[in-house]
Amino acid sequence: MAPAAALRCEKLVKQYGPLAAVDGLDLEVRTGECFGLLGPNGAGKTTTVEIFEGLNDPSSGLVEVLGLRWSSDAHALRQRLGISLQETHLPDRLTVEETLRLFRSFYVQGRPVEEVLALVELLDKRATWTEKLSGGQKQRLAVACALVSDPEVLFLDEPTTGLDPQSRRQLWDVVLGFKARGRTVLLTTHYMDEAERLCDRVAVVDKGKVIALGTPQELIEGLGGHEIVELATQQPLEAAELADLPGVRGARRSADGVALTVDQLHVALPAVLARVGQRGLTRLSTHRATLEDVFVQLTGRKLRE
Amino acid sequence: MTLTRLRLFFREPGAVFWTFGFPLLLTVALGAAFRNRPPEPVAVGVESAQLFETLQRDEGLRVQLFLEDADARRALRTAKVGLVVLPGPPITYLFDPTRPESRLARALADAALHPRGPPATVDLPVTAPGSRYVDFLIPGLIGMNIMSSGMWGIGYVVVEMRTRKLLKRLVATPMSRAQFLTSFVMMRALFLFLELPVLLGFGWLTFRVGVAGSLPLLLGVAVLGALAFSGLGLLVASRAQNTQTVTGLINLVMLPMFVGSGVFFSTARFPEAAQPFLRLLPLTALNDAMRAIMIDGAGPSGVLGPVALLAGIAAISFALALRFFRWR
Repeated sequence: MAPAAALRCEKLVKQYGPLAAVDGLDLEVRTGECFGLLGPNGAGKTTTVEIFEGLNDPSSGLVEVLGLRWSSDAHALRQRLGISLQETHLPDRLTVEETLRLFRSFYVQGRPVEEVLALVELLDKRATWTEKLSGGQKQRLAVACALVSDPEVLFLDEPTTGLDPQSRRQLWDVVLGFKARGRTVLLTTHYMDEAERLCDRVAVVDKGKVIALGTPQELIEGLGGHEIVELATQQPLEAAELADLPGVRGARRSADGVALTVDQLHVALPAVLARVGQRGLTRLSTHRATLEDVFVQLTGRKLRE
Repeated sequence: MTLTRLRLFFREPGAVFWTFGFPLLLTVALGAAFRNRPPEPVAVGVESAQLFETLQRDEGLRVQLFLEDADARRALRTAKVGLVVLPGPPITYLFDPTRPESRLARALADAALHPRGPPATVDLPVTAPGSRYVDFLIPGLIGMNIMSSGMWGIGYVVVEMRTRKLLKRLVATPMSRAQFLTSFVMMRALFLFLELPVLLGFGWLTFRVGVAGSLPLLLGVAVLGALAFSGLGLLVASRAQNTQTVTGLINLVMLPMFVGSGVFFSTARFPEAAQPFLRLLPLTALNDAMRAIMIDGAGPSGVLGPVALLAGIAAISFALALRFFRWR
């Protein structure tokens, strides 16, 4: 039997005037998994998450959280969820510890404040006003406020946007530790490396719809090759001219040239070079395929445009 | 560049209001209070029907007959009249030499009573504590302070929490919403226990402005006033999405009371038609009740009306705020 769904929505629609921020979205997040919503800004990720969090009402569609509905079980649900908003401005002049104790006081059950402070590595900052914290420390405090209730589901909306690499890694460890306790995480991000590192499954969202769903590995394999070759030439080059070369599984136009999906780089590369030799190669690069390439393949656009 | 500045200015409704709307409103309000009727009649109170007859013949005077000495003195104290004439002999003038209109009233009345003969009158300048303008002013200022801190301290802070999404974050928790709103009101009420002694102490030390009535009653009325204005503060903050909007709303609510609730001058200066409306303003009720206690030493029964009004406003505004509050 499949594990019960922690979060589920069907035909979810959120209409803002004539604009549908969420446009018939189906999603099922299983208990104990870390699920990622990927997509560019304005794709409807935050709206979807806020509907799950009970902070926004859907225009239509079914939403279930832990098998309950917001319309009938709002208070019980709030006790069981942990939330970190996209931007959380905590009171400037409360200390880290006071902030956390305030949030702890809202919940019937939870984890000791000490333990959570240790978890997010803010023990030495406990007496510091929140306005004096660095961006990474603020974000860790925001996540701590979400964890202090010992929630069954943790919502993280772009938890590491704008953070330095070290802060990001610290937060990732916190999330992985939470997941190791068998809890569920729903996170949105537009960092592909974050999704690949943390998420068991991801849904790629664009224009309010899920356009791809699977493990990061499955999605990348769906491209047909593991390597991406990007090249540009002085004279015009059509993607179709390279599509039939050995080892090349797909070809498309990129901003200033052609991008190829390749499964055997050692076979494909000499053939590509031979064919474009006379056009005057101005740029050639290769990288391992990422979710970013999946997104570009699906939409023809980059994630952070 | 100038065009850009103009554009930005006109796209900021608040600024436009303060530049054009506010001076106009203020002019209208103050104009109504200090109407310029040539010659401006000076209000005089008398305690005898015979003097009343004589003085009324003078066009420069607006004469009011008082049957009780205490009523006449109160009218003088609250700046409703500039002079009280006591029947003689000798005829006695009660007036406040620190107020120009009071001195003018004395001169005009004197001329009317003794067109020819030498005045055989006694002047009794009233400057004892309880009768001076500062005695009138201090309760008004305390009332104004209670209003401002309630409206700004709550209205503005709540809206700022909303714009900074802190409100949203709190609503995502099981926090009780009524408790959240109550916490603001409680804080205002508690703060009064610090605020009021400071203001009263300052009034006493510098101007010898005392409290004729009971201090606990005064404190009770002040707390009730704070509750009423906290409720109104929450109400103006209940829907506003940004701090500009709430600033405008707060000003809109407070402005009529700054001018019309008898902070700096008696509400009696406004036309008769405006009086029922002015009496419904919570600051008028608060000021009236505090003046009654501080100056006239009124007991609980003396401030029943204003107290009931304040309690009603507090209860209704809080209930409405809880009902309409936008939590996201």
